Amino acid sequence: MARMSFKGGIRLEEGKELTKDLPVTDLLPKGDLVFPLSQHIGAPAKAVVSKGDKVLAGQVIAEADGMVSANIISSISGTVKAIERRLTPAGKMEESIVIANDNMNTVIDNYGQKRDYMKMSKDKIREAVKEAGIVGLGGAGFPTHVKLSPKNDSKIDYVIVNGAECEPYITSDYRLMMEEPESVVEGLKIVLRLFENAKGVIAVEDNKPDVIEKFKELTAGEPRIEVLSLKTKYPQGGERQLIYAVTGRKLNSKKLPADVGCIVNNAATAAAIYKAVARSMPLTHRIVTVTGDAVAEPRNFRVPIGTSFSELAEAAGGFKVQPKKLIIGGPMMGNAMFTLDIPVTKMTNALIAFVKDDAAVQETACISCGRCYFKCPLNLMPMKLQVLGLNNEDDKFVEMDGMECCGCGCCSYICPANRSLTQTIVQTKQRILAKKNVPHEAYELHKEHAANE
Amino acid sequence: MSDLYNVSAAPHLRYPTKTNTIMRDVIIALIPASLFGIYNFGLRALLVILTTVLSCTVTEYVYCRLMKKQVNPWDYSDIVTGLLLALNLPASIPMWMAALGGVFAILIAKMVFGGLGQNFINPALAARVFLFISFPGRMSAFALEKIASPTTKELLRHGALVIDGVSGATPLGQIKAGETVNLMKMFIGNIGGTIGETSALALLIGAAYLFYRKVITPIIPLSYILSFAVFAIIFGGHGFDANYILGHILGGGLLLGALFMATDYVTSPITLKGQVIFGVFIGIMTGIFRIIGTGVEGVSYSILLGNLLVPLIDNLTRPKAFGKERVKNGKK
Repeated sequence: MARMSFKGGIRLEEGKELTKDLPVTDLLPKGDLVFPLSQHIGAPAKAVVSKGDKVLAGQVIAEADGMVSANIISSISGTVKAIERRLTPAGKMEESIVIANDNMNTVIDNYGQKRDYMKMSKDKIREAVKEAGIVGLGGAGFPTHVKLSPKNDSKIDYVIVNGAECEPYITSDYRLMMEEPESVVEGLKIVLRLFENAKGVIAVEDNKPDVIEKFKELTAGEPRIEVLSLKTKYPQGGERQLIYAVTGRKLNSKKLPADVGCIVNNAATAAAIYKAVARSMPLTHRIVTVTGDAVAEPRNFRVPIGTSFSELAEAAGGFKVQPKKLIIGGPMMGNAMFTLDIPVTKMTNALIAFVKDDAAVQETACISCGRCYFKCPLNLMPMKLQVLGLNNEDDKFVEMDGMECCGCGCCSYICPANRSLTQTIVQTKQRILAKKNVPHEAYELHKEHAANE
Repeated sequence: MSDLYNVSAAPHLRYPTKTNTIMRDVIIALIPASLFGIYNFGLRALLVILTTVLSCTVTEYVYCRLMKKQVNPWDYSDIVTGLLLALNLPASIPMWMAALGGVFAILIAKMVFGGLGQNFINPALAARVFLFISFPGRMSAFALEKIASPTTKELLRHGALVIDGVSGATPLGQIKAGETVNLMKMFIGNIGGTIGETSALALLIGAAYLFYRKVITPIIPLSYILSFAVFAIIFGGHGFDANYILGHILGGGLLLGALFMATDYVTSPITLKGQVIFGVFIGIMTGIFRIIGTGVEGVSYSILLGNLLVPLIDNLTRPKAFGKERVKNGKK
């Protein structure tokens, strides 16, 4: 049963007005492009080019390595300048392919060739998605071909397109859905072809009525597709909240959406699936919102993946005031960066520059007001989990469901005592995972540190 | 240096309500009751308020300096404690006693347990009970001498209540003695009692402001008052006698306790279920103290006992995480 909402969460609407009415502009980078080999969850891709090689736009430059991994595609033509460690938006140094742009933008053969997906076999479609290097573009970066290959296709009864875009300030999905809603709908139809028993749902927050209207028009003659208007509330676009709002099914952290019969794809991912399968265009570009009160001309750009954020900031007129904080991604879950010399990856949807740093406040004592508990979409007690985390009481932390935390940030946002609840809980979670020897980000980081010392 | 960017973990936005805005709202909500107390009992009431507030703030400041702790910059919690304590004291109390109460509240009930957020009982109530046990006579001296034809000066000094000549036994005492009480007077507050507890109207105005500002919810006050009312109906021996039930609810410190003391964040449960259990528990305890026991009052003791149960209630009512509630017909 569709509920259109979930328990907890917060209302966060500010900032979208800065960019939501401005059309997407194309940006052609001039400098080098950087392609980290890890732009997704899972094993890093393996480079298949080497220094000095000429590459074309659309060419696979690194191949998926292992079950959960994804191809990396060059977004421009040029020469491989180096394969070296570069800083990524995740804040880590990561092996990356650096390509000198020849500004010719020569594409591979067959690029843009039309294909009729109704005549393609399921395997062909999955192969095309894999070949195109598509991952979840909402920020999680889970390889899409893996997501589209559950154990049993016939058990999937919902294919959901996530058009919630619940993070404040970001409008890249909104602009995409406004400007090319057909790609999103076609992308959904392609996925529906893989799952014959599934119903397609396009879920959009009700603060975007124009988008909902467009989708309703486009899907009027489609019996298998429904457009749902969800309550505007952060984190409505979180996978578990979204599945609950659309189907009423609850999912804990140990389950995958496919376990409850759902496949969820971000709107931009659906559009990318369409382009890859029906138009033979691999994932080379994405829309990035450049916004914030420090940016001279906030706007959305369609940029080749690998473009440096400093070029993006420049294209947006630079900073009118010296920003205090730079955020890659949304203000609720994005990473604060200390430099703009990092590349746009598949997962980055925004660059936000703030004049003031809201989070630069001093922690005071917890007064047990319970606001964090009431806002937690997962029904956790962040104030207790934080104390357990700070005291290294890992067993109790697990017992109190600390591992369920999705890191949405609602608790830290609402806390009147400025406590870094999300930070401590997420770190504790990572520490516990690392201890269990689970290959996880924190564990990888830990190894890296150990190697450096 | 100013060119460096700030780096911190997500989220990067914060909601504007802070601890001090919450405390400030509580102070604003207590202003009607305080003003009525001053009107009712004269300038002496104001003096008691100033004394306890000052003794609380000074105690907290001195403690923090001596213990080399950071002095909390204006979280106003010490002022809230001082104000609540004053509202729980009779206007006739000696000033040194009021000041001692403030020191006890901050030093013994709050700071030695770790300061704000760590106290397991409500500091103002703890101080009230401490004073009540130490100086029972002065703490229940609600009656003052009568003045036949007051001048403005006398009105200011002694307050409206004494001049009206209403002083004497408190309504709760009358109820205990089996008399009927004037409910309208009790609602407005022209009765004897502690500085802040007499006017139900002023307390409700303050509470309405807190509900509006979403500082507190009506769950604890409602479950407290309703469970007490049910207890009074069953065990009071008066059945559905409205005068008896309402007299009990409006009389004494019940409304002050239910609206402002039992809703203290630190010493009340977090979950909704826990808050209902807490409210019902103190409602029943108040009933036992007032109706079955020999005493006239019982609100303070009930709430303090409830405070002690909070960790237990919190543990018992901890909800299951999203998606872990129960295994729904296997894996589907």
